[in-house]
Amino acid sequence: MLRMASSFPEEVLEHVFSFIQSDTDRNAISMVCKSWYEIERWCRRRIFIGNCYAVSPRMVTGRFPEVRSIELKGKPHFADFNLVPDGWGGYVYPWISAMAKGYPWLEEIRLKRMVVTDESLELIAKSFKNFKVLVLSSCEGFSTDGLAAIAANCRNLRELDLRECDVDDLSGHWLSHFPDTYTSLVSLNISCLGSEVSISTLERLVGRCPNLRSLRLNRAVPIERLANLLRQAPQLAELGTGAYSAELRPDIFSNLAGALSGCKELKSLSGFWEAVPTYLPAVYSLCPGLTSLNLSYAAIQSPDLIKLLSQCPSLQRLWVLDYIEDVGLEALAASCTDLRELRVFPSDPFGAEPNVSLTELGLISVSAGCPKLHSVLYFCRQMSNAALTTIARNRPNFTCFRLCIIEPRTPDYLTLEPLDVGFGAIVEHCKDLRRLSVSGLLTDRAFEYIGTHAKKLEMLSLAFAGDSDLGLHHVLSGCENLKKLEIRDCPFGDKALLANAAKLETMRSLWMSSCMVSYGACKLLGRKMPRLNVEVIDERGPPDSRAESCPVEKLYIYRSISGPRFDMPDFVWTMDEDSALRLS
Amino acid sequence: MSKENGKHLPESETKLTLGLPGETRGPTTEVGGKSGTKRGFSETIDLNVESSSEKQHSKNSDHDDGFVIDHEASASRPPPPKAQVVGWPPVRASRKNVMKSCKFIKVGLDGAPYLRKVDLEMYNSYHQLLTALQDMFSSCLTIRNFLNERKFMDPVNGIEYLPTYEDKDGDWMLVGDVPWKMFVESCKRLRLMKSSEAIGLR
Repeated sequence: MLRMASSFPEEVLEHVFSFIQSDTDRNAISMVCKSWYEIERWCRRRIFIGNCYAVSPRMVTGRFPEVRSIELKGKPHFADFNLVPDGWGGYVYPWISAMAKGYPWLEEIRLKRMVVTDESLELIAKSFKNFKVLVLSSCEGFSTDGLAAIAANCRNLRELDLRECDVDDLSGHWLSHFPDTYTSLVSLNISCLGSEVSISTLERLVGRCPNLRSLRLNRAVPIERLANLLRQAPQLAELGTGAYSAELRPDIFSNLAGALSGCKELKSLSGFWEAVPTYLPAVYSLCPGLTSLNLSYAAIQSPDLIKLLSQCPSLQRLWVLDYIEDVGLEALAASCTDLRELRVFPSDPFGAEPNVSLTELGLISVSAGCPKLHSVLYFCRQMSNAALTTIARNRPNFTCFRLCIIEPRTPDYLTLEPLDVGFGAIVEHCKDLRRLSVSGLLTDRAFEYIGTHAKKLEMLSLAFAGDSDLGLHHVLSGCENLKKLEIRDCPFGDKALLANAAKLETMRSLWMSSCMVSYGACKLLGRKMPRLNVEVIDERGPPDSRAESCPVEKLYIYRSISGPRFDMPDFVWTMDEDSALRLS
Repeated sequence: MSKENGKHLPESETKLTLGLPGETRGPTTEVGGKSGTKRGFSETIDLNVESSSEKQHSKNSDHDDGFVIDHEASASRPPPPKAQVVGWPPVRASRKNVMKSCKFIKVGLDGAPYLRKVDLEMYNSYHQLLTALQDMFSSCLTIRNFLNERKFMDPVNGIEYLPTYEDKDGDWMLVGDVPWKMFVESCKRLRLMKSSEAIGLR
């Protein structure tokens, strides 16, 4: 083998490797032999780090000297729902600082759930001369001043994509920092920003960037100004509107409809805040070509939704509120047979009573009528084992199935039994299931089914489910490909965790909050498993001040080759052996 | 639900002895509220495979009628008012506000140079709204609210203002005549109109 490897010049191998983009394959290549490891590490251009604390910036820049594109994720997913207290961590600055030295030719930075300061943005703006892509998803910690630095300095910027970030929005003035000579914009997403940007500045920017394909505006852009913007960019493929309402005025309507129909490449629509039905028909000319529609901020009722959706035979992705109701989903199933992804969000998540007629029937309809449907997020208030079984049989090609029955521990509404059998059917039939969120009343049996069948499952979310450690044991011992497990309010304690300690090193992370894992077990795990970071999050004060058997509030365990982190706030304790002294 | 032959694990081999004494299954709040249960730490290290205890059995059994401990799970009773559990349902903050949708409308005061905006969804009653309006315009004019009447007065020049609004149909109405929710639904803009001009408003 060694002889064969050395008979190929490096350049040839490098050329071959350049066709291999997937991380898994690249990792496999690097393990073949030392020379392949060396060659590969010099030509890896793209890095994905699913947990920014799994490895240190220096380790990354040290091993891979020629990276052009990096993607980093910080906080645990449950941070989206306020379960991770502020100040937990996920700071990107150390990474930017290391990359400013190590990767002067860095082109792309994609961050998710990280704390990004203006300082970080300024450092990006001045360190990377060929910087092209900045995507910030669910990030926080920066203000529009940081954005101004990016706009002013990144001459080659192609993408600036702020997805659901929490930005300190001082003013819309930052947009004017794009110089008049700047023409390379391809994608701009400012949908999460609150303040008004100057529409004329926006028009000029859009007008001088001929490659602009994606423009997602913020709520503050009024509908009356949309037409003009669109006429500057008829080549748009993706549009996010601003607030989509005004008094019905025929001139505004026809102007908008005309401008929209001029965008022959427009395939994706989003925005639609405060949408009123009267302006929906303005998009009708686009419907035949639409592949993606996000109406999840639009309080449009089902009759108007049906009118719209029945004209969209090419639709592949739909995000919508539960105003669509069962009747709307039935119409969707009939009209949109190419649907791949559906998300139905709750319009009134905290109401005790249902405000819309959306039940398991809607999901059954789409599962029956949409043969390519593989990804679902569905909020509803009732479910039955029979329905889940039907859905599973209809749609064995689900890769992502997330069902949220709004009231915790809701049983099968027909039989009052747990929904174990229903979810069991899902995991049994959907052999390619990679992501699953369960809800409703579930016993350990549900987890037995999951452990037995969900062999390709990579991410599992549990809440208010299970009876005992047996449930957790089933999952940890059965789900061979499990990478991320997040659990809240389940009666899982020490036993299953400790019995499956080795499993945890094969996963990216485990989150458990409001469960029954004791402080003592956390310490033991931390001591036994040096390559796991076991972090206790507890706002009641040091865990040492309570009994060892006392359950911790929250627990986050993740594998890491860079040891425990040092940027923890005062409510996070690491169970690392060497840090034991630091606890007191 | 089919069981795969031979793959179904016999219960007796997989039961972990962890029936926690005194475990309750009430709704939990953020903190793992079971801290009353004390278990010796040494018990947690080894997997003790024992025959299933009765307690464990009754918890997992499907044919135990009494398994539903939570009153919430019973479909026959109306849902009790709930304390909101943090982060549940799992809806991001940006989505929660969709429905508590901001209803921003413009507010004009006759004679004042510029318009303001209020979010009607932030108020629950006319009183709250009018108090807020009074605060809002107190900087450019001094307005006093007469509590029992829905009127404002500028004590400096004695001019009275009536709060009026334009509804969905484009008609101008006096604020306060319809139930609050209906008003929020239909109000498109507010105008504090000089009383002298408000003659004839229904």
